[in-house]
Amino acid sequence: MNIHEYQAKELFEKFGVATPKGKVAETLGEAATAASELGSEIVVKAQVHAGGRGKGTFKNGFQGGVHLVKTAEEAGEIAGKMIGETLVTHQTGEEGKLVSKVMVADAVDIEKEYYLAILMDRESRSPVIVASTEGGVNIEEVAEQTPEKIFREVIHPLLGLQPYEIRNLAAGLGLSGDVAKQFGKLLKGLYSLFISCDCSMVEVNPLVTTPDGQVLALDAKFDFDDNALYRHPDIEALHDPTEEDPREVEAAKYDLNYIGLDGNIACLVNGAGLAMATMDIIKQSGGEPANFLDVGGGATQEQVRNAFKIILSDPNVKGILVNIFGGIMDCDVIAKGIVAACGEVDLNIPLVVRLEGNNVVAGKETLANSDVDLIPADTLADAAKKAVAAISA
Amino acid sequence: MAILVDENTKILIQGITGSFGGRHAQLSLDYGTKLVAGVTPGKGGQTFSDTVPIFDTVKQAVAETGATVSTIFVPPPFAGDAILEAVDAGVDLVVAITEGIPVMDMMKVRAAMKDSGTRLIGPNCPGVVTPGTGENSHGGCRIGIAPGYIHKRGKVGVVSRSGTLTYEAVYQLTSLGLGQSTCVGIGGDPINGTSHLDILKMFNEDPETEAIIMIGEIGGTAEEEAAAWANENCDKPIAGFIAGATAPPGRRMGHAGAIVSGGKGTAEAKITAMREAGIEVADNPSDMGEALVRAMG
Repeated sequence: MNIHEYQAKELFEKFGVATPKGKVAETLGEAATAASELGSEIVVKAQVHAGGRGKGTFKNGFQGGVHLVKTAEEAGEIAGKMIGETLVTHQTGEEGKLVSKVMVADAVDIEKEYYLAILMDRESRSPVIVASTEGGVNIEEVAEQTPEKIFREVIHPLLGLQPYEIRNLAAGLGLSGDVAKQFGKLLKGLYSLFISCDCSMVEVNPLVTTPDGQVLALDAKFDFDDNALYRHPDIEALHDPTEEDPREVEAAKYDLNYIGLDGNIACLVNGAGLAMATMDIIKQSGGEPANFLDVGGGATQEQVRNAFKIILSDPNVKGILVNIFGGIMDCDVIAKGIVAACGEVDLNIPLVVRLEGNNVVAGKETLANSDVDLIPADTLADAAKKAVAAISA
Repeated sequence: MAILVDENTKILIQGITGSFGGRHAQLSLDYGTKLVAGVTPGKGGQTFSDTVPIFDTVKQAVAETGATVSTIFVPPPFAGDAILEAVDAGVDLVVAITEGIPVMDMMKVRAAMKDSGTRLIGPNCPGVVTPGTGENSHGGCRIGIAPGYIHKRGKVGVVSRSGTLTYEAVYQLTSLGLGQSTCVGIGGDPINGTSHLDILKMFNEDPETEAIIMIGEIGGTAEEEAAAWANENCDKPIAGFIAGATAPPGRRMGHAGAIVSGGKGTAEAKITAMREAGIEVADNPSDMGEALVRAMG
């Protein structure tokens, strides 16, 4: 789950992570009022979950989702050109993203930019802090080209962040005196936020120092552990469904694991590994998968029906491949679910079904005796070939 | 011999009175597995299926029944505590089936288990099966949620991060007449108890296992590490499969651990590492059984 920049700022303030003064605004008036409480250099930023905002273009022709202004009037004027408009950046795709809020904040005089992140590292099974003297740039490139500019501390899962680890990082970044102290305070707050909110990643890029000796988190990216959201209703409330694929939002309502892709062969599979493998084999057979969809180990007829509806709501879909390995699940129950679903939705594209496993003979009979027009397949390889052939016909 | 468990292993189930745990407890009993105890706090003194005693704590269950393996069917918010309780009771093996445990909880559990003698498999895994020698492999040790009847006792070791892909592989092997020594699902979470490498080492030592299938998916570098080790140390034939070549970067594909991030954990890197280690990698999941036949020459 991602959150907006203004929400990240609010979390930073709650955990004592120093960040420039600012506020979120939903109207031109709110933006002007917020700006009037700030200094003489103000930045207005469109709030969407996408990078490249500064270089983006609004569909109304207005250039740039990040602007520097001097007065409250100007801030209001710029906000008026952003709110309610659609911003296209290199990460949003052509359709762009609707901007419903802007953030108005003090523009910071930057002395130097750094990189600071905390992530859950699977190899060491621990939180790892990564810091670099190269801020505001792509950290993966820094790690590849100049690994000596990256500093890492692996934090003990039970002990937590220790003072010497902070000192190591400050020394690596070349910070000393009061600036090092401020960095330590910021990092402690950031670590506490990371742990308290069950983050899988918090990335501050850039972290900056200012000529007057402040250390500030200027921009942040968060990733939360979805498995832990049940104990963080306040964080779950930050979720903005308008930022997501509507098919994925719909699928989540029925506990279906769905991820939309660009292809034209939809798939419905039980099990995440098998669902990935089904996408792979569609591609291998010369087709393009339209989605990832895992209906889970105990799918009900209701779930199968809703899965079909979501798949068919994608106008790109030209064919469907159902791949079920009934382990404990009864293939006949799945077969009945497919027949019921096809009875309710107006199916007018090819449907290839591969069933294997528990009670498969009865399942295949149910499908054969129904009036659903489908193409049966024996193995997954056979199913993928048939699906690709059916949409090419 | 098999690895981890055999037909004489006594197991208990934490969360036996839940609908999911209860259903699979019954399937394990039907398979002939020595399920000797259940644990549900507050339900001590009751019995499951008229024969299996239920205890309030794992300690009591172990003391009374001599169970050496615990299976976790406890819901995610309580699963970390349940694993630690089993470790404290001194069982040899904990198999955590539960899906959806917060990563932070697993991080702490793993750190707390560091000096214990207990091995953890999972979480978010289908479990472990050492097939029996009866009809439809009856009489074996079935821990977790795998369909017992698709197995056949034999010489192939199976290790996988995914449930249904494990069943696919086992089904293909059995259809080809190739039985299995032990099938281990290590789970789809980013922090788990036992890696591909740990299981490869056990299969390599196990005299009953003559060939191995290793099934992986995108995310992390566990398959690469296992392949590098196998190249140097394993003389048994290995076949493999990796799912997720077409998965978009940065998206979690169902399993919490199945994600390509920062260019790491791609299917391509894993397949290359496995092929370089002499592992016969199947092109598609329908080919896993045949790939093993090719590997065995």
